[in-house]
Amino acid sequence: MSADYHDIPGTYVFDAQQSRLGYHLNMFCMSLRHAANRAAFQADEAKYLDRYPMTPEQRTAVLGRDWNGMLRLGGNIYYTSKLAAADGITFQDLAAKMTGMDRDDYRAMMVAGGRPIEGNRSKAEWKDG
Amino acid sequence: MARIVGGYATSHVPAIGVAMDKGLTDEPYWQPVFAGYEASRKWMAELNPDVAIVVYNDHATAFSLEIIPTFALGCAASYQPADEGWGARPVPVVEGHPDLAWHIAQSVILDEFDLTIVNSLEVDHGLTVPLSLAFGQPDAWPCPVIPLAVNVVQFPPPTGHRCLMLGRAIRKAVESYEQPLRVAVFGTGGMSHQLQAERAGLINREFDNRFLDLLIDDPDTAAAISHTEYLREAGSEGIELVMWLVMRGALDDQVTAVHRHYHVPASNTAVGHLVLENAAAAPAVAEVA
Repeated sequence: MSADYHDIPGTYVFDAQQSRLGYHLNMFCMSLRHAANRAAFQADEAKYLDRYPMTPEQRTAVLGRDWNGMLRLGGNIYYTSKLAAADGITFQDLAAKMTGMDRDDYRAMMVAGGRPIEGNRSKAEWKDG
Repeated sequence: MARIVGGYATSHVPAIGVAMDKGLTDEPYWQPVFAGYEASRKWMAELNPDVAIVVYNDHATAFSLEIIPTFALGCAASYQPADEGWGARPVPVVEGHPDLAWHIAQSVILDEFDLTIVNSLEVDHGLTVPLSLAFGQPDAWPCPVIPLAVNVVQFPPPTGHRCLMLGRAIRKAVESYEQPLRVAVFGTGGMSHQLQAERAGLINREFDNRFLDLLIDDPDTAAAISHTEYLREAGSEGIELVMWLVMRGALDDQVTAVHRHYHVPASNTAVGHLVLENAAAAPAVAEVA
């Protein structure tokens, strides 16, 4: 299907293509909802990941906590946030990491009204900026 | 016969639940968020509905990528609050209303809305945070709840138009139920927010307030907002707002907004809140501030 959302900047729409790409990555993240799985993962991350047939790139992104890389490789934020939660990272701090901002700067941006829509609608606007 | 007596729309930000569970609601950061829910909590207490239908989305909790129902109606006797990865919220078990739920399922399926029927479901913050906002922190929720889970995680979610039509079918279903139950309908999620990638933190006050205006007076125009417009203007997670249209459809065409609240931020999200009554009906409760 054609899609008219690919020019939205800094955004991975979790569409069919991404979902197919990220199935095992996301199902790994989902497993961390259970405390016993979190413990097993934390005891030996690489061994735990062997349970999920991810691509080498996805494994590397998980082990390196490359949060945007996981999204690019088919991760969905509601799934990858479970990995962050297992690491003790709050949702807001995870968001800050993905934007490349310091956590205090990100928090201050939100308190001041958030990231404005002006200048953030299209990739063309980001190129110009 | 049963009837819809009120609509309650609110964001369901997980951090709001955490703030309530940890007793942080009077902190300067949170006070302006919760101040906007005081009048509507009184309204809800006076309304005292017999049943609440809560339209919400699951966030990779009960549903994973294994099974992705577009609309799933809870027909169970009860629903356990879920451990989403940081322990379950300390809130009461959610009691269901299987008889009305099954009645709605049958009615809307024969009305050509192909719902998934769910008899076992853990409920996450998407459902429990709105209950906390509406009812506070009781030992037991004051009424049974019928969860209606809408997929907004896997693109594409249902269209806004489909959600509005489903709400209208639910109204018809409720009005054909023989017991004289008074039913409240919750629409949850939103407002503008983006939780992912480099554009995280996006907020669009203008979009949000236009959406609130349209939801009250011109829901058909709100229902025509395209998926790409939500993604672009309200952020990738702002598309949750389609769920408010189910609530709106369950109300009459003409409604009165008895309460409205908007605040930025709660964590990464714009908080929006709207309480609606059917305009033709006698006021469901005395007017709130």
